[in-house]
Amino acid sequence: MQVQSTMAPAAKPRKPGPGWRYLTGVAVRALAAIFGGYALSAAWAAALALTLPTVRVEAALTATMTALVIYPCAAMWCFGARTALRAIAGLAIAGALPAAILLLSKGAA
Amino acid sequence: MKDGIRQSMAWLHTWSGLLVGWVLFMVFAAGTASYFRDEITLWMKPELHGVAHAAVPQALAVANAVATLQDKAPKSQRWFITLPTEREPGLRVSYNAKPPPGEGGGRRRNLKSLTLDPATGAELSAPRETRGGEFLYRLHFDLHYMPAIWGRWIVGFCAMFMLVAILSGIVTHKRIFKDFFTFRPKKGQRSWLDFHNVSAVLALPYHLMITYTGLLTLMFMYFPQGIQAVYQDKQDTFFSELFNSPPADAKAARVPAPLAPLAPMVEQASRAWNGAPVGRVTVAFPNDANATVSITQQTGHAISYDVPTIVFDGVTGRVVSAPSAHSGAAKDTRGVMYGLHVARFSDPFTRWLFFTCGLAGCLMVATGLLLWAVKERPKHLKAHAGKTGFSLRLVDGLNIAAVAGLPLAMAVYFWANRLIETGIAQRPEAEIRWFFTAWGIAAIAALVKPGRPMWRLQLALGGLAFALLPLLNGATGGAHLGTSIAQGIWAVAGFDVVTLLLGAFLLYSSHYLGKEKAPKAARATPKEPELAGSNA
Repeated sequence: MQVQSTMAPAAKPRKPGPGWRYLTGVAVRALAAIFGGYALSAAWAAALALTLPTVRVEAALTATMTALVIYPCAAMWCFGARTALRAIAGLAIAGALPAAILLLSKGAA
Repeated sequence: MKDGIRQSMAWLHTWSGLLVGWVLFMVFAAGTASYFRDEITLWMKPELHGVAHAAVPQALAVANAVATLQDKAPKSQRWFITLPTEREPGLRVSYNAKPPPGEGGGRRRNLKSLTLDPATGAELSAPRETRGGEFLYRLHFDLHYMPAIWGRWIVGFCAMFMLVAILSGIVTHKRIFKDFFTFRPKKGQRSWLDFHNVSAVLALPYHLMITYTGLLTLMFMYFPQGIQAVYQDKQDTFFSELFNSPPADAKAARVPAPLAPLAPMVEQASRAWNGAPVGRVTVAFPNDANATVSITQQTGHAISYDVPTIVFDGVTGRVVSAPSAHSGAAKDTRGVMYGLHVARFSDPFTRWLFFTCGLAGCLMVATGLLLWAVKERPKHLKAHAGKTGFSLRLVDGLNIAAVAGLPLAMAVYFWANRLIETGIAQRPEAEIRWFFTAWGIAAIAALVKPGRPMWRLQLALGGLAFALLPLLNGATGGAHLGTSIAQGIWAVAGFDVVTLLLGAFLLYSSHYLGKEKAPKAARATPKEPELAGSNA
């Protein structure tokens, strides 16, 4: 809703092509989705592989297969979030847990 | 992004689909063709069409293979024996051509392959050299003219976009069930959308499955972090745990020892699998004291790609390791999903079903690409005073190059197979060059002059080239439809019939695009923008 009201006046005067604000938003979200989404999925892959309570080959496999699902969901989140900032914040929150697990496991090793 | 989750997902669906759609169309088309990789290869070797293949006992075939290998490469590091199947009647043996001096770099490149008659072990009269269906299969995930690893990253990137496009497409759809039954022909944009929806929804489980499992086949490359976290640098350990295979760092003892006969091992393995046939035999360090014989079950007797392997001691002939009954849920899941993707089931019905779904996938991608141009055209005409802008021209051109140009290039590849003389050096590469030359010309022409006449021209050329393939086959030494059907050579007959139908479909599309223009021009309503290209 808020985005709509801020964007509407900016979009009106220029007829062809979307405004800069819009393009920057798209670029930020795309970068967040591609690189942030990858980092998030990779972090979950590593964290799950370390923590799943099963044989190591099974844990590594399950973790890797899960990462393939996390990535597209993260990408969808990045474009579904109301603002670009919220998109990034969401990724950061989702990445906090695996990051903590990885840090702890490094400390333990 | 946009107001509401559905709108923003529609936006995401449009753009993630469009940006990689052209690559995806090629991936879908080549992948669909790959379901019949063996049949395509057979068609492309007309010398083998007439060879009658009686079933030969596996033990005999293996003994013949070993005799040949002992003769050709007794000192090789590794022998590979691929036993005949219903779809591939030849007995294939390959071996490392020379023992690697010091460090053996490029193991693949030193591999020599022969095709033998399973009944006698004699080398089959060499058919023409071609990469056959293997080229399309590799094109599907390795691309070409670049290191395979780049191709795999590019295809993986596009596949991830595809997964995003499918998932966001599902969110976008509020009437997924109703759309299934909705088709409004000859209504311009509406019809394309309906068609896109039908082809997408109809085969949706397939699209989701094939995209996810496609990523899964190369997931260790895309996401190595999970394995690294647990195994650190010892990836080999992971793979030998995953595949139950002997450790990769095994070495020859350099003490000569006679190889035990393989036939009893083959029989023992087959008995252990309740009679399922053996697919592949790998002998590591033949005629050495450390020789091992790995016997793998033939694919197509289960969905899973991970076929069981039994390892024998090559000198004593005793079992060294056999798969445990319980292998693990994640292993099984991966095996089944991998198996679903490559679809090596022996059941022809499933293969045809997958092939049809693959064609639906091609249509889904193609209509999706067209839809963007169709939607965008009125906007462009308005904004640029009746002219189409650069972006629309680019999309139009790329659409023609992909959707109409690729089938043309594929047909040219098959024509090249029969028109290039046999016995010349680098013949397989020459065939592939024809493919890319045809595609390149089609792409340049499409980008220079995108529009309806170009659509019609390329569709018609591709259609003709496909439709005439059965004639070409008969005229250049292959088994034509008359004999192939009469003698029950279904692989060859199937190829001819499918290409004939594909050709007819492409020709009809070209004809249809021409027909539709006439009434519109007669009505002369300048308001209504044309469907697929108006800048002639």
